[in-house]
Amino acid sequence: MTSKIEKEDLSRRNFVFGSIAAAGLTVAPGVMLYQTANARDLSKPVSSKVRWGMLIDTTKDVDWNKCVEACVKEHGLGNEEHSRADQRTQYIRVVDVKNKTTGYSMSLPVMCQHCEKPPCVDVCPTGASMKREDGIVLVDRHRCIGCRYCMMACPYKARSFVHETLTDQKTTTPRGKGCVESCNMCVNRVDNGQLPACVEVSEGAIVFGDLNDPESDISRLLAKHGGKQIRADLKLNPGVQYQGI
Amino acid sequence: MKKLHFLEVEGNTKGFYTFLGIFGLISLIGVLAAYYMEHHGHYVTGMSNQVVWGTPHVFAIFLIVAASGALNVASISSVFAKTAYKPLARLSGMLAMALLAGGLVVLLLDLGRPDRLIVAMTRFNFVSIFTWNIFLYTGFMGIVAIYLWTMMDRPYNNLTKKAGMVAFIWRLILTTGTGSIFGFLISREAYDTALLAPMFIIMSFSFGLAFFMLVLMASYKYTDRPLGDYVINRLKNLLGVFVAAVLYFVIVYHITNLYSADHRGVSIFVLSAGGIYTFLFWVVQIGLGTVLPLFLLYGPTGKNRTMIGLASLLIIIGALAQLYIIIIGGQAYPMVMFPGMEVSSSFYDGVVASYAPSLPEVLLGLGGVGVTLLLVTIAVAALKFLPASLADEVVDPHAK
Ligand code: SF4
Ligand code: SF4
Repeated sequence: MTSKIEKEDLSRRNFVFGSIAAAGLTVAPGVMLYQTANARDLSKPVSSKVRWGMLIDTTKDVDWNKCVEACVKEHGLGNEEHSRADQRTQYIRVVDVKNKTTGYSMSLPVMCQHCEKPPCVDVCPTGASMKREDGIVLVDRHRCIGCRYCMMACPYKARSFVHETLTDQKTTTPRGKGCVESCNMCVNRVDNGQLPACVEVSEGAIVFGDLNDPESDISRLLAKHGGKQIRADLKLNPGVQYQGI
Repeated sequence: MKKLHFLEVEGNTKGFYTFLGIFGLISLIGVLAAYYMEHHGHYVTGMSNQVVWGTPHVFAIFLIVAASGALNVASISSVFAKTAYKPLARLSGMLAMALLAGGLVVLLLDLGRPDRLIVAMTRFNFVSIFTWNIFLYTGFMGIVAIYLWTMMDRPYNNLTKKAGMVAFIWRLILTTGTGSIFGFLISREAYDTALLAPMFIIMSFSFGLAFFMLVLMASYKYTDRPLGDYVINRLKNLLGVFVAAVLYFVIVYHITNLYSADHRGVSIFVLSAGGIYTFLFWVVQIGLGTVLPLFLLYGPTGKNRTMIGLASLLIIIGALAQLYIIIIGGQAYPMVMFPGMEVSSSFYDGVVASYAPSLPEVLLGLGGVGVTLLLVTIAVAALKFLPASLADEVVDPHAK
């Protein structure tokens, strides 16, 4: 049921995020320079031909905390003054997993998995929680009423609620008290042809690319080695996949 | 059998203003508490990114569930043509509306952005069960209002049965919708069961009737109107059956969980390893909220009005405990991301989340109850909701 209103809406949102990304150009002009060749034409809607995804190789010996730091810096997180530890926003976290019987243990970064069939989008009453045509799932923070139903529905605990008034924000990542937020795959960077912040510092352990393009690095790696999804049994087909879990 | 006669409650009395004042104050404190939480942000509450729905939701869901249950008495009278319940039908419909209003106020004021209500009312995502609930709630208000009208306006009396039927069906869907809010959360063990929706319907019967009885008994007591044993005995017997039915569902729920490998954990958590949740389950929900009321209703005290009132109150307290376990316990119990593995992270993966209700949350929840009672108080004085007498010779068809 793609009504006219919905289409109108999508382009409105693309405009919103597009203009934010354009603001990004002036914020960090140097960074953009090499990659503008891949940048999306911001005057056009997001294409459904691409589906952005990530492949995370957990067997690589990298310090995943660097990814967390890069994310915090990119989105201006960690600026809460009053919130308790369990109330602070985390877009990405390092999860330690241990097999009780064998003792084998490993760590992996977990963020929004950008599900193809995202429960957070299904349950959202206002449509604030939405999936772009290119597969990126995010919250339109101007439309979110803060009901937190999406947080209840997400099987990966990927979302955070802003528990206080925030100051000192990044123009590229608007955040606000009373709204829900989560990893947006650095949509501000991706729309400019850059890599997500965590991917950039991952020393190649996270590969970002177009899952719909069989020639892309990510698709080739997946074709060769396969990839695993967390809670694949839920059949949400996340865009974030793993090796070595 | 004498003729039934409805009469407004005298509004210009000290008693009336006292109740108005008390309930108004409770409502006002609730609104102020909400303002406080909204102004500072939810960091002043016990809620977190792990337990995202807290005490306000417990009260809100209680009131909404009780709302549809409170309509039962009217449904029994018009849909199932039991004349004994007819004198109570108006109060039943009105209370249902007041309970729903109280619950919705709490739900709304606990939003992160209640100022965006207009967004919620204008931009819909029809895939969301929440969206459907918005329609179910507004529809319920409208349908019950019409239903009440057909009861209270003589020329339309012949439509009461039809309106009652529509309202009855609507309320069943409404409670199913409320239960489904949880039923759709596939990722959380406590909610991943088809039993939740029917269980919510049975819960609504019990919670709604308990609330109805308290309101009925209190209003007749404080207005010095006669209320005979005929009415009370019927209602209390019905209430006991509902309480037992809820117990049955709770038992089935946990037994089914215990027999299924991937749901066993959450039932073991509630039944034996869950600390505060285990305490709430055995002591408050089962002990105080189920067994004791059954004893009070059917035991030697079964004829004592005070004891019947106490039983109703205990059922409501047990109901709140039950919803606390379902809503908050269900979130506190860790979500399984890697089955069979031990997990830990900075985001509290793999551990039972801690939650303690903060004062403003409790005050907001109670504020919702205040709103309900305030509306009831105003309504009984404004319109003819209550029969002047519910003495046995008026309502009992067999009385001489
Ligand atoms: S991981 Fe959670 S927040 Fe991200 S798309 Fe899936 S359900 Fe939504
Ligand atoms: S909290 Fe916001 S994004 Fe999440 S379901 Fe509610 S309105 Fe949608």
